[in-house]
Amino acid sequence: MAAAQHFSMRGNETIGAGLCAAFGVLFLIIAGLTDHSGYAFHMVVMALACGLGFYAIVNWAARGETRHAPLEINGRPNYNDGPVRFATIAAMFWGIAGFTVGLVIALQLAFPALNFDLPWTNFGRLRPLHTSAVIFAFGGNVLLGTSFYVVQRTCQARLAGVLSPWFVVLGYNLFIVVAGTGYLLGITQGKEYAEPEWYADLFLTVVWVVYLLVFLATIWRRKEPHIYVANWFYLGFIVTIAVLHLGNNATIPVSLTSPKSYILWSGIQDAMFQWWYGHNAVGFFLTAGFLAIMYYFIPKRAERPVYSYRLSIIHFWALIFLYIWAGPHHLHYTALPDWAQTLGMTFSIMLWMPSWGGMINGLMTLSGAWDKLRTDPVLRMMVVSVAFYGMSTFEGPLMSIKAVNSLSHYTDWTIGHVHSGALGWVGYVSFGAIYCLVPWLWKRERLYSNRLVEWHFWISTIGIVFYISAMWVSGIMQGLMWRAYTSLGFLEYSFVETVAAMHPYYVIRAFGGGLFLLGALLMAYNLWMTVRAVAPRAEAVPANLQHVPAE
Amino acid sequence: MAQMYHLLASIAQSVGVLYFMGMFLAVVAYALWPRNRETFDRAASIPLKDE
Repeated sequence: MAAAQHFSMRGNETIGAGLCAAFGVLFLIIAGLTDHSGYAFHMVVMALACGLGFYAIVNWAARGETRHAPLEINGRPNYNDGPVRFATIAAMFWGIAGFTVGLVIALQLAFPALNFDLPWTNFGRLRPLHTSAVIFAFGGNVLLGTSFYVVQRTCQARLAGVLSPWFVVLGYNLFIVVAGTGYLLGITQGKEYAEPEWYADLFLTVVWVVYLLVFLATIWRRKEPHIYVANWFYLGFIVTIAVLHLGNNATIPVSLTSPKSYILWSGIQDAMFQWWYGHNAVGFFLTAGFLAIMYYFIPKRAERPVYSYRLSIIHFWALIFLYIWAGPHHLHYTALPDWAQTLGMTFSIMLWMPSWGGMINGLMTLSGAWDKLRTDPVLRMMVVSVAFYGMSTFEGPLMSIKAVNSLSHYTDWTIGHVHSGALGWVGYVSFGAIYCLVPWLWKRERLYSNRLVEWHFWISTIGIVFYISAMWVSGIMQGLMWRAYTSLGFLEYSFVETVAAMHPYYVIRAFGGGLFLLGALLMAYNLWMTVRAVAPRAEAVPANLQHVPAE
Repeated sequence: MAQMYHLLASIAQSVGVLYFMGMFLAVVAYALWPRNRETFDRAASIPLKDE
């Protein structure tokens, strides 16, 4: 009765509910009009999401005055960790899904019968599902969660917005669902790492702009006068991904009732746009964003200040100045003008400097705390990730050199390189951050089991070593076989002979990937038990513990 | 088209290079400026400040 009397919606809630209602109806109309079943399915999914959003907002507004969380309690910022918790769980879920699909396609390459001769399960459709699930779903949720966590702590301010942080994390995951199911149904732009079609892209654009605004508005209300370097890396990542996404997805849909669209760019311009996008997805999504994680979580976990803050500033600016030009090295010996290829190669080689500067800064942050590597497997995981970062950013510029690239390009060497970065660097720094975050977010004293973290660390490290060394051998062998000539000037091997030769390495690779997945499953169990079975953090240390009101 | 190309190329090869070099030198100067040392020393410990 009282609740009904006081029911009133604020401006943002009215707008949110109104948009949900309007777009929900629009999506249902499109679903009814289109003759493409996959597209109709997506429109129904998005309409359902709109319905749930409408319900959630009205329900939220019905809570009356209790929904207004104060910005501060007793002079301390009242952090908003709900969206961070959601993103952390989503990251773990998508990580395991993505690693599993990766294992499936690795096995398909070794044993092609596993394609099952079905359109939905063939390698061509599962492979983008794997890459998007690990990069955008796993990595993206790690970045969303950690960025919302870190920006609040380093700015000493509550996250800006009430509905918008939730819109960012939930909307992003809706995008993931639409993108992933689209691949299985055959809806794709066919551009690597930019497969989602126009309607998913437009929706992601909205989500991303809100993400940027939430992040900026939180920095705007900061108590700490200096903007900490991790926030610069997060900002660089958010802004650049927005620019890349818009540039590489400048498409015109065939019609409102068709999932198909055509890009404005043609021929080699389109290829250059694609690899400008593709390489900077590596540079800004998988590097800048995760460097932000490094610059917060390693000092925090090691309880040591950043080794050189000045180096971190130069690291940031040098990295973003150089990375954006490196894309053409994906198009060596193509129709791309020679000067552009050389430019891409040169900038890739120059990237050695900021990459290694950043690696040194991350590693040396442990000076005075090296002994912790022996006792803290979480810190060890993050430090090994920085070592993998150094290794793969050494290998990358090497492979961008034209002469090396003529051997390595189109071979499994590239796959090995990518996975030393993805499993070793991105994977391990994310695991480390999640192992830190879960006890912090759920206010547990510690992780359920350090022994299990040890097992995770060693099982997946051995897995990575199997994976990347198998790919080095098979990649270089493949490259050499492709370019081998007989004394009469004929190619020595037919293509299928090179495929057959790779079989044992594909089995080893699948084994390594399986170990990596096993490690992640141990991690998920450990985190689950941390939340379920570990005692809540003692309230005896309230000096630096903020109180969160019942939500 | 060719004119446009030459215009853009000449801008990139002169003003563009100097602009980027200048920006980068400004960043290095900012990072190494003696008066900023204290700010940066404090900033290096920001992650350790809260919970």
